[in-house]
Amino acid sequence: MSDQALIPGWEVVIGLEVHAELATVTKMFSSALNRFGGEPNTNIDPVSLGLPGSLPVLNEKAVELAIRVGLALECVIQPSVFSRKNYFYPDMPKDFQISQYDLPINGVGSLELPDGRRIGIERAHLEEDTGKSTHVGGGGRIHEAGHSLIDYNRSGVPLIEIVSAPDMRCAEDARAYVSELRAILVAIGASDGKMEEGSMRVDCNISVRREGTAGLGTRCEVKNINSLRSLGRAIEYEARRQVDLIESGDKVEQQTRHWNEDDGRTHKLRSKEEAYDYRYFPEPDLVPVEPSDEWIAEIRAALPMLPRERRRRLADAAGVEPSDTALTVERGMDDLAVDTIAAGADAARVLVHIANNLADGVGELTAAPFAALVAMETGGDLTAAQARSVLADLVASGGDPATHASTHGFEAMDTSELEALVDRFIAEHPDDWAGFVGGDDKERKKKAGFFVGQVMKATRGQADGRIVNELLARRSAEA
Amino acid sequence: MTSPENPRLSREDVAHVADLARLALTDDELDAFTGQLADVLDHAADLDALDLDDVPPMANPFPLVNVLRADEPGNDDVRAEVLAAAPSVEDGRFRVPPVLGEAP
Repeated sequence: MSDQALIPGWEVVIGLEVHAELATVTKMFSSALNRFGGEPNTNIDPVSLGLPGSLPVLNEKAVELAIRVGLALECVIQPSVFSRKNYFYPDMPKDFQISQYDLPINGVGSLELPDGRRIGIERAHLEEDTGKSTHVGGGGRIHEAGHSLIDYNRSGVPLIEIVSAPDMRCAEDARAYVSELRAILVAIGASDGKMEEGSMRVDCNISVRREGTAGLGTRCEVKNINSLRSLGRAIEYEARRQVDLIESGDKVEQQTRHWNEDDGRTHKLRSKEEAYDYRYFPEPDLVPVEPSDEWIAEIRAALPMLPRERRRRLADAAGVEPSDTALTVERGMDDLAVDTIAAGADAARVLVHIANNLADGVGELTAAPFAALVAMETGGDLTAAQARSVLADLVASGGDPATHASTHGFEAMDTSELEALVDRFIAEHPDDWAGFVGGDDKERKKKAGFFVGQVMKATRGQADGRIVNELLARRSAEA
Repeated sequence: MTSPENPRLSREDVAHVADLARLALTDDELDAFTGQLADVLDHAADLDALDLDDVPPMANPFPLVNVLRADEPGNDDVRAEVLAAAPSVEDGRFRVPPVLGEAP
């Protein structure tokens, strides 16, 4: 899928499991607040503590947000059942996690990358988050900890786990998938998608195979990836590790591995032989969820525009490819771009300004003055450099571009003034002029640069370089 | 390896399940429970006599779906009570023996 092979002769196969915390007010199965990070154990109740006799009741909003995710990823929305996933860990006090196993709420779907490629989605199911453990002593290292401290504020927070097909082939694909998924989750209000804060967590399944072969190699699952950058580094490290193993005559063992940001390596957590036997069975305290067609239609009708729809809309308005609009949409400036183009501005200039001059945000800039500014620029009243300064003024304080231009003294230079200047510099620098008139292309270019520089210096940058070049060409033809 | 008396369940299966459940069983208990658990499975296997091909699996015996609650906060303020009931607390958190290994 990717142009550049990461390791010559080898293909890397990547599938991702993304957990995202759903933006509800309360927890998945109880009315304690979905809020954590502050004072420990403040948002807890008998259900999130797994106290005997407490019973879960499913949060309607969590189901709605899960359906939104399913619709945005074009998944089949289906009747689903919760199951118990059994294991022991102190941050999960009832000794099982309520999840969805064989009957997830969202079945197969797909995600469209900005370049138009599609990555398959296998499922997107609901489950509850665990509490948070802090290991004390041994420098916070888990195997040397003296004891552990548990905060259950996160226990029972609703999660959606989105499982991709093994459709990605390089670190760049994986990063593109995660950033698009994050953009979708944020756009539909399902999650804040903050990887660094752990509200979106990525586990990565990686295997390698010789180029041109079809079967899947033995995979390893890499956990503890906390940023897009780590994701790329972890994939590159792990793929290289597997290829080295095979090339030296060894075999890849199916393992769960832990990415260590500090040493830039993955480390074995456990092998397949030690894989947990979760003994899933249907959760007897919860009944199935069978969203009606009416409810699904209602949720669909209320979905906001998705990133891929925004890219397509702007591409149509600007007459470019959707992939050329990815940056504008990523910056959330596509509404402005569409409106500015609709107000008559040259689409290419609008996209260039957004790409090059609006990295820090739009501030007070709105469509009408933006369009007026672009019109002044394309009409020759402002040079590109002047347009940039006026744009900065519009961002900082709004207002009208013509007013800002005159405040700066950016009057459009009269061509006759420029002609006089050009003639003066030709007279003052006869050798350079001879070089321009008689030189080869390279010499001509160099001398043109010299004369334009002289004129710019004399006009404090206000001259339009394009017009100066035209004047030089005209004088040269007359010579 | 299944036992000759109970092809459904071996002693090793029971030892494995006991281990997953963090139960320490003696050899005698393993023998006893292997027999008892196999009897339970045999009992459930009576269902095999029925033709259930057209019956969808049930996740729950109740004729109910979509039991949902509104996303509204409650006021179960149990913090002081549960922290007071815990064997050990530090900085408002439950203190537990060192955890070996990461969560699965």
